[in-house]
Amino acid sequence: MLQKIYDWVDERLDITPMWRDIADHEVPEHVNPAHHFSAFVYCFGGLTFFVVVIQILSGMFLTMYYVPDIINAYESVYFLQHEVTHGVIVRGMHHWGASLVIVMMFLHTLRVFFTGSYKKPRELNWVVGVLIFFVMLGLGFTGYLLPWDMKAYFATVVGLEIAESAPVIGGFAKALLAGGEIIGAQTLTRFFAIHVFFLPGALLGLLGAHFYMIRKQGISGPL
Amino acid sequence: MHRGKGMKFVGDSRVPAENRMPNIPKDYSEYPGKTEPFWPNFLLREWMVGAVFLVGYLCLTVAHPAPLERVADPTDSGYIPLPDWYFLFLYQLLKYTYASGDYTVIGAVVIPGIAFGALLLAPWLDRGPERRPVKRPIATGLMLLAVASIIFLTWESVATHDWEKAAQQGAIVDDVEVDESAEAYAIYQSQQSCIGCHGGDMLGGAAAPSVFQSDYSKEEVMEIIVNGVPDKGMPAGQFAGTDEELEILAEFIANDGQVPAGE
Repeated sequence: MLQKIYDWVDERLDITPMWRDIADHEVPEHVNPAHHFSAFVYCFGGLTFFVVVIQILSGMFLTMYYVPDIINAYESVYFLQHEVTHGVIVRGMHHWGASLVIVMMFLHTLRVFFTGSYKKPRELNWVVGVLIFFVMLGLGFTGYLLPWDMKAYFATVVGLEIAESAPVIGGFAKALLAGGEIIGAQTLTRFFAIHVFFLPGALLGLLGAHFYMIRKQGISGPL
Repeated sequence: MHRGKGMKFVGDSRVPAENRMPNIPKDYSEYPGKTEPFWPNFLLREWMVGAVFLVGYLCLTVAHPAPLERVADPTDSGYIPLPDWYFLFLYQLLKYTYASGDYTVIGAVVIPGIAFGALLLAPWLDRGPERRPVKRPIATGLMLLAVASIIFLTWESVATHDWEKAAQQGAIVDDVEVDESAEAYAIYQSQQSCIGCHGGDMLGGAAAPSVFQSDYSKEEVMEIIVNGVPDKGMPAGQFAGTDEELEILAEFIANDGQVPAGE
């Protein structure tokens, strides 16, 4: 049955070359922790992606309850934390996942740097990776405001003050992010939109480019 | 790929009708030495690593629920702000003399700009063919310096922050409405030693917090009134009323300032 469905799709779309290419590629010995334990440093990138997947899933569930306006945002997070079944786990995973993404990505960056893997021909993949790093920091910054509690609000006030101190574009950047002069209702909806739509969209595009380049170039050779 | 005259396609598509690639994995002899196929051998290992990682992740989540402070109050200008921990190094940088005040631009834009700019352009700053860290001492040295700086700045920021005060200023305060017509309220008002520390409104004073702060049961409240909390400076045996009055008061406190229903 499954075979027939597969053949039916394959006849029309010729999907075998695509997925066999992903499945049948070779994993060299020097990145395999089963052969060299020290190769566990090559796991950091994969684990970062694993946490990103968890972040996307837990974030999708959070938006089932979260309301991005200044009257209800805090109440909805409080309700999610204290009343919703397993809400505390879902929110906890999203909260800790944000930190774990940063930690794993930092370790992945160090691994790539110290193995010199960013050198020719992988310069572009390094640049895309650093851009992913920036997107992640942006996700961390915008997500911090969303619970609309004291620390969220005042961390954002300080963050936007720092953005404002940049020469030339500072005032513009602050107005763009805050949605006006004051940090309030408009800021919250803007950060919500950035956190849930703009940055994840950019992230998925960059991740696609990152993985395509890895697949095309293969992993860097042993030192 | 086969191209040319005589090709047959599926309908009017560009998918060839014949000679489709058979869906069979590459032979294991095509993986020389200790090279492994990604599917299923290596992916299984990755999943095992992922499973172990997930267990640790879930333990962390269960042991430490995500924090939530009281609702944002933009008028509370006394609140000392703190960003999430991974921004602390950038935040700490702004506390040094030549990176703050008139020099904020240096701490907020110039130094982080140079650091992250160099990170982004690393492949063009370190162009030599050598990959081993020891063979490119400048790149390695700069990265080690950057990592050490990040760790140091984060450490300094954590060490200089008043965590106890931070927890207090953000704590969720229960809105307690005290029923002032209750008998228990009158009992409380007659106890000078209670009022002395917990205040005339029962909501706390200079020396002690609100009596409703913790969710104690009636029995626990009675125990605390009689025996005090020596660790926190509450003396024992200050209650001067009868045992019956003690019980009424304890019930009132355990019920968050309301007479329990049914009485």
